[in-house]
Amino acid sequence: MIPLASTLPEQSNDGYVAAAYIVFFALILIYVTIMSIRLARVERKVRELNAEEREKEREAV
Amino acid sequence: MRSPSLRALSIATVVAFCVALSLVFFYAPIEAEEGFLQKIFYLHVPLAIVTLSGFVIGGLMAIAHLRTRDQRWDLRSYVTIHMSLILGVAVLITGSIWARASWGHWWVWNEPTLVSFLIIFLLYATYQPLRFAIEDPERQGRYASVFAITAGAFVPLNFMAVRLSASFVHPRVLGSSSNLPGPMMLTFVVSLLAMALLFATLCTYELAAKRTRILLKARSRILGFQ
Repeated sequence: MIPLASTLPEQSNDGYVAAAYIVFFALILIYVTIMSIRLARVERKVRELNAEEREKEREAV
Repeated sequence: MRSPSLRALSIATVVAFCVALSLVFFYAPIEAEEGFLQKIFYLHVPLAIVTLSGFVIGGLMAIAHLRTRDQRWDLRSYVTIHMSLILGVAVLITGSIWARASWGHWWVWNEPTLVSFLIIFLLYATYQPLRFAIEDPERQGRYASVFAITAGAFVPLNFMAVRLSASFVHPRVLGSSSNLPGPMMLTFVVSLLAMALLFATLCTYELAAKRTRILLKARSRILGFQ
């Protein structure tokens, strides 16, 4: 069994724990941001495509 | 693209992460030897498990691709490996932070677990250059699947080899020699679940984005807008 301590040990490593969690969430945030930018680009292309399609239909009529 | 299943998965991930973080910092007891530093394990170990599982799942999806010749399996395999690679970066960084705090070194070359994970990571880092070096889509998918299967088989073999090695330097969270007490085990399981949900959400998100881009390209080509 792993021994448990009721209090914090004398030597504190709070900074390292915080750094690990911050790095992880920062990495996920960067990824989600990149994906959002790419998604916005795709949505813009869809809008352009729809507009061009409508234009072609109007010309055909 | 914003499907109800993706939304539900995203909400479940956020809820699971909130619960996991609450358990890690307010419920799980402080371990006597490692102290507060042990809290990194609730992040680092689930990350490593999910990453390695992702590589193996990518290999299984590649088998499905070669068996059925269905391009969707190839896309799924690619996305799973791609996502595992991203999480692999987080595994290496969080592991290094723990090593620095615990051993006083950012990296220890004679520690088999660390080096074996780096080897797996570097192996998969060659997946994308190999894949995109081939222009023909069918050949690209086939070659990438063969790579994914071979590398996917290497992951459990490598894991077993490390477990059998003599070094006991790397702490074992799950194993016969160190059984986690109830609150720690609960926190670990919830953290693992949260990480698995995050992986599933990111894979679904990436897959949906890739499919949309493929459909958009096809539509542009059909309508002659390119």
